[in-house]
Amino acid sequence: MSELNSKIPEGSIGEKWDKHKFNIRLVNPANKRKYTIIVVGTGLAGAAAAASLAELGYNVKAFTFHDSPRRAHSIAAQGGINAAKNYQNDGDSVYRLFYDTVKGGDYRSREGNVHRLAQVSVNIIDQCVAQGVPFAREYGGMLDNRSFGGALVSRTFYAKGQTGQQLLLGAYSALSRQVATGKVEMFTRTEMLDIVKIDGKAKGIITRNLVTGEIESHAGHAVLLCTGGYSNVFFLSTNAMACNATAAWRAHKKGAYFANPCYTQIHPTCIPVSGDHQSKLTLMSESLRNDGRVWVPRNPEDKNKKPSEIAEKDRFYYLEEKYPTFGNLVPRDVASRNAKYVCDEGLGVGATGKAVYLDFRDAIKRDGQSRVADKYGNLFDMYKQITHEDPYKVPMKIYPAPHYTMGGLWVDYNLMTNVDGLYALGEANFSDHGANRLGASALMQGLADGYFVAPYTVGDFLATQPYKTEDTSHQAFTQAKQEIEARIKKVMSINGKQTPDEIHKKLGRIMWEYCGMSRNAEGLKLARVEVQKLREEFWNDVKVVGTENQLNAELEKALRIADFLELGELMILDAHNRNESCGGHFREEYEINGEAKRDDENYSYVAAWEFPKNSTGEMMTGDPVLHKEELVFENVKLTQRSYK
Amino acid sequence: MNWIIRTLTSSVGKKVLMSLTGLFLVTFLIVHLIGNLQLLYPNVLSASEKFNVYAVFMTTFPLIKATSYLLYGSIILHALVALFLTLQNKKARPTAYAVNGNAEKSWASRNMGILGSILLFFIIMHMGQFWFQYHFGGNHPVMEIDGMTYKNLYALVATTFSVWWFSVLYLISMAAVGFHLWHGFQSGFQTLGLNHVKYTSLISLASKGLAVFFIVGFSSMPLAMMAQFGVSNNLDEAATKVMNKSIKEGVEWKMTDWSNLKPDTKWDKIVTTNAE
Amino acid sequence: MAEQHNSYKIKVWRQANANAKGGFKNYKLDGVSTDMSFLEMIDMLNETLVRKGEDPISFDHDCREGICGACSMYINGHPHGMLEGVTTCQLHMRSFPNNTTITIEPWRAAAFPVIKDLTVNRSAFDRIIQSGGYVSVNTGNARDANEMPIPKEIADEAFEAAACIGCGACVAACKNASAMLFVSAKVSQLALLPQGKAEAQKRAENMVAQMDEEGFGSCTNTGACSAECPKLIGQEHIARLNREYLTAKAGSDFVK
Repeated sequence: MSELNSKIPEGSIGEKWDKHKFNIRLVNPANKRKYTIIVVGTGLAGAAAAASLAELGYNVKAFTFHDSPRRAHSIAAQGGINAAKNYQNDGDSVYRLFYDTVKGGDYRSREGNVHRLAQVSVNIIDQCVAQGVPFAREYGGMLDNRSFGGALVSRTFYAKGQTGQQLLLGAYSALSRQVATGKVEMFTRTEMLDIVKIDGKAKGIITRNLVTGEIESHAGHAVLLCTGGYSNVFFLSTNAMACNATAAWRAHKKGAYFANPCYTQIHPTCIPVSGDHQSKLTLMSESLRNDGRVWVPRNPEDKNKKPSEIAEKDRFYYLEEKYPTFGNLVPRDVASRNAKYVCDEGLGVGATGKAVYLDFRDAIKRDGQSRVADKYGNLFDMYKQITHEDPYKVPMKIYPAPHYTMGGLWVDYNLMTNVDGLYALGEANFSDHGANRLGASALMQGLADGYFVAPYTVGDFLATQPYKTEDTSHQAFTQAKQEIEARIKKVMSINGKQTPDEIHKKLGRIMWEYCGMSRNAEGLKLARVEVQKLREEFWNDVKVVGTENQLNAELEKALRIADFLELGELMILDAHNRNESCGGHFREEYEINGEAKRDDENYSYVAAWEFPKNSTGEMMTGDPVLHKEELVFENVKLTQRSYK
Repeated sequence: MNWIIRTLTSSVGKKVLMSLTGLFLVTFLIVHLIGNLQLLYPNVLSASEKFNVYAVFMTTFPLIKATSYLLYGSIILHALVALFLTLQNKKARPTAYAVNGNAEKSWASRNMGILGSILLFFIIMHMGQFWFQYHFGGNHPVMEIDGMTYKNLYALVATTFSVWWFSVLYLISMAAVGFHLWHGFQSGFQTLGLNHVKYTSLISLASKGLAVFFIVGFSSMPLAMMAQFGVSNNLDEAATKVMNKSIKEGVEWKMTDWSNLKPDTKWDKIVTTNAE
Repeated sequence: MAEQHNSYKIKVWRQANANAKGGFKNYKLDGVSTDMSFLEMIDMLNETLVRKGEDPISFDHDCREGICGACSMYINGHPHGMLEGVTTCQLHMRSFPNNTTITIEPWRAAAFPVIKDLTVNRSAFDRIIQSGGYVSVNTGNARDANEMPIPKEIADEAFEAAACIGCGACVAACKNASAMLFVSAKVSQLALLPQGKAEAQKRAENMVAQMDEEGFGSCTNTGACSAECPKLIGQEHIARLNREYLTAKAGSDFVK
C-alpha cells in the first residue's frame, strides 16, 4: 500500500549499512568539484555535513540565520552523547544501543536507520576526540561515561554540562577549516525562505539577507536541510528564540512529506514557568536524574511546607516507587507524564502547583558537595541564577517542557526526502527516534547524519546527476523569488493590531493545551478549528513594524510564525489520526494504568503527510494527504514497553 | 631577518618589546637603588667619599658604560613602543563607552600610560639635573679623595633634595614608579608567557614587593637629605646649607667647572673658580 | 525573594544602521517583574515600542541559557552586566534596584562595527577561527578515542578554555578592545591536548596574525577580560598563547 520507498538495504541488520556503503555509487574525486551542495543550517548536522562534504571535494554553500555558525542551538545540549563503545565493560554493544533506541522510541522507528546510528556512534566519539573536544576523563586519562534515561549501561560521553557546545564547536572548527580552504562558502545572517524545484528536483533555495533584507537565489545540485526541530510551535519551549520550522515547512509546501509531526518530546526536567513575561523555558540536564531524586509531598497539605520540614515517609518518590528497575532514570516521556499525573492530583509544589522536586540532599550527603558540584556545578549555578534558590540547600523545582521533536521531514535510508536531491538531516528529519528520543541521542543522530551518513549517500545521488545545472537565472528561481517578495510585502502591509509574539503565544497555548503532554480526540478537533481561526487572525491582524530592507526581527518572527500556524494544524491532525498512545504522543483514550497503550496492528506505520494539493495562496487550506510507510520489525520484538 | 621584524611588529611582539625593555629597566633600578643607598651614610664625609667614588666607577667602567647605552636605548624603545601601542589601542576602540565599569585588576593596570608619561618626564628632568650636569658640567663642588679631585655629586644630590618642592615632585615620581611596577613587573612575565600555577602568585607578590621597595628606597633619599641638611626653599639656599654642613664635617670645599675636569686631576691643581 | 514590580529608566543606544549616526534614547518602563530576565525586560520594552509603531531595539540573542554567546549588551559599564560569570540572558531584574537608570550600549570596538542598535558584527571572530582554530583532521581518519590517554587535569584545563562562547565580552571589556582572551582560549585548548599539538605552533602564529589584521587592540594584561568573561576564562591562557607564539616564532623551522 505504501508508495513511499524507504530504500532500506537488504541483508541482516548488522550488514545493511556496510553493504549499502559498498553498493552506492561514487563520484570520481576530480569530478566532485563540479558539484555544488547547499547546506541550510550549521548546527551539529549542518556543520558536520558541510565540513565532511567539503573535505571530500564538493563545493558547499552553507547558510545560517545566526551571526555565526557557532550559535546554532545544538550548542545548548547539556548532558551528553551516546556511543556503543562499551568502555565501561558493562555489557554495552552496538546491538544493545540499537535495541534500547528502538525500545525507547516505543517501536515507531525504522530498525535499519537505528542500527546504522548505533554503528556509527563509535566513530563519532573518535572523530570528536581527534578534533580536540575535551570530553570528561578519568584520572588515568581514559574517557569517562555516565548513564542516561532509558538505559541500564553507562554509555554517555560528556563534557560537564556543555556537551552540545563542545561537539558543536568541534564541528564548527571543521567547518571553519573548510571555509578557510575556500571549499565552503559561508553565508551568515541569511535565512532560507524557500526551496526551488526544477523538474521535480531540488535545485536551490531563496534566502533573505537579514541585514539588508535582500532576497537572493542560490543554485546547487542538492539541498540539505539541517534546520532543527519545531518545538517553538509551543512558544514556550527549551529551544532557542529563533529556532523555527520555516525551512522544513517550505520544503513541505514544495512537495516534501512531513512525517509524524505529533511526536514531540516533553522534557521532564525544566525550570517551571514563573510568569506571563517568560520568553522561553530552561532545561536542566537529564543527567541530573543520575543523582537527584524526584519527589512530591505525599499529602497535599504539605505542599506549602518547606521541603526540609517534610519527613522522609511523607515524601512520594513516585518514579522510584512505580519503576523500581529504572527508578529516576526512566525515559523522558514516562518521567514527564508521571510529573503531570502527580501535579494533576494536586501534589505539585511551587506557586503554580505545577512543579515537582528534584532533590540532591542524599547525593550531597553521600558524595559531598564538592563532588556534586564537580558533576553539575554549572547547572546548579544556572538554576540559582534563574530562580534565586540554591539547589545545594533546597531541592530544585522542575516541570516538563517541550524540548525536541521526533517528527520531521520524511526521509529514506539515504536521508533524502521524497523530493529528489532534497535531504533532511538531524532533528529536521523524522528518522531515528520513533515516538520518543532517549537522552543523549540527539547529538549522536545529528553528528551521525552529518559526518557519516550524508557524505556517502549524497554522493550516491550526485553520481547520477549531470555536472551542468540550472543557474539562478532560470525561471523557477525568478518565480520563487517573486513569490517570497510578495509574501513579505503582504505581511508588512497588514498593519493590524497584534504583534507577532502575541499571536505566537496564542498558538503556543492552544498547542500546549490540546496537543501537549496528553491529547484527546475531542480536544484535538477543537484545537484544529482554533488554529485555523488564529491563522486567519494572523493574516488579517498582525502588525509588523519597520521595513523589509533592514534588520527587522519582527518581520523574521512574523514569517516564521506564519509557518508555525500551518505546521500546528498538521501536528493536531496527525495526533488526531493516531489512535494510540506511543512515546511522546499520549492519547488519553489509549492507556493502561497510566502507561501508553500502543496499537501495533493498526498504527505501526510512519505517517507521512503531503501538503494539501488544492491549497493556493499564502495560507494553507484543505486537508493534507496521509501516506503510510509500514514499519517492519525483524529483529526487535514488539512488546509493551516496561521500565518497572 | 624578516621574521624578526614580523614577530616584533605583531601585537604580541610589541608587547614582548615592552616586557623585555621594562624588565631590563627594573634590573637597572635595583642596581641604581642599591648603589644610591650609599647616600644614606649618616656621616657626610664618608657618604660623600663613597658615593663620589662610586659615581666615577659607574661612569667609567667599560662594562657598565656599555650597559648604560643599552639602558638609554631601552628607555627610548619602551617609550616609543608604548606610544605606538597606545595610539593603536585607541584606534581599536573609536567610540568610548558612556558608562565605564572599570573591571581591571588594578588602578595601575588601567593607567600605565599616564604613569609611564610621568616617569618619562621625570627621567628627562632627573637626567638633566644629575646626569647632564655630571657629564657636561657647570660650576659645581669638587672634593679631594686620596689626593685626587672628585666631582662632588653627593653635594649636588644633597642640594637638589633639600629643596622641598623638588623633593615632593620626586616623591610623586617615585610613587609613579611604584605603581608602574605594581602592574608592570608581573605583566612583563605574563607577556613572555611565564605563567604557572605555582609561580604566578609569587611573581605577583614580587611585583608588589618591588613596588614598595622602590617607593620606600628611593623616597628615603630626599627625606634623608632634608633630615641631614634641613629643608630649603630654593637651590641657592640649599647649596649654602650643604656647603656649610659639609665643611663642618670635614669636607674640603672647592668649586670648579665640571666639564673641564679630567679624572686624574690632582687636588692641588684645582683653583676654586667661583667661590661663594 | 518574592516577585516585585519595579520601574526603570532605560537609556539605550539607538542606531538605525551601520552608517547612521547613533545616540542614546531614554525610555521609562514600569511594572517590570523582578523574576524577568534582562532580555525579557527588553522584550517588554520592545512590545511597547511596537505597539506605538516604533522600531523595536535590535539586539542579538538566541538560546537564553547562557551558552550560545549571541547576547551582547554592555550594561551599566559592564559587558553582560555587573554579575560575575553570567551572560546578559541569565541576568535577572532582581539584580537591579527599583527606580534606577540602566544604561545599555553595544560592544564598542573597531573590529565589531555596529549593525543596528545593540547588534554588532562579530564575524571577525569567525575569521580568526578560520585562520587556525581547528585540528586538521578529516572526517573518518580518527583513531580510537581511548588510544591516547589524556590526564584528567589536562583535559579539564582544556575544557575550561574550550568553554568560551565567543560572545566578545572580553573585547568589550578590554580598554584596548583586545581579542587576546578569545584567541588564547582556542589556542590554549588545542595546545594542551595531544591532538592539537601537531599544528600548535602554526596555529598560534596564524591566529595572532589574523587577530592583528582585524584591528583589535593589544593586550596590556589588565585582566578586565577575565573579570568580565561570562565563562570566567583565566589569564593563564593568554600567557600560554604568548608562550606558544614566541616559541613558534623563535624556535620553529616552519613558522615564518
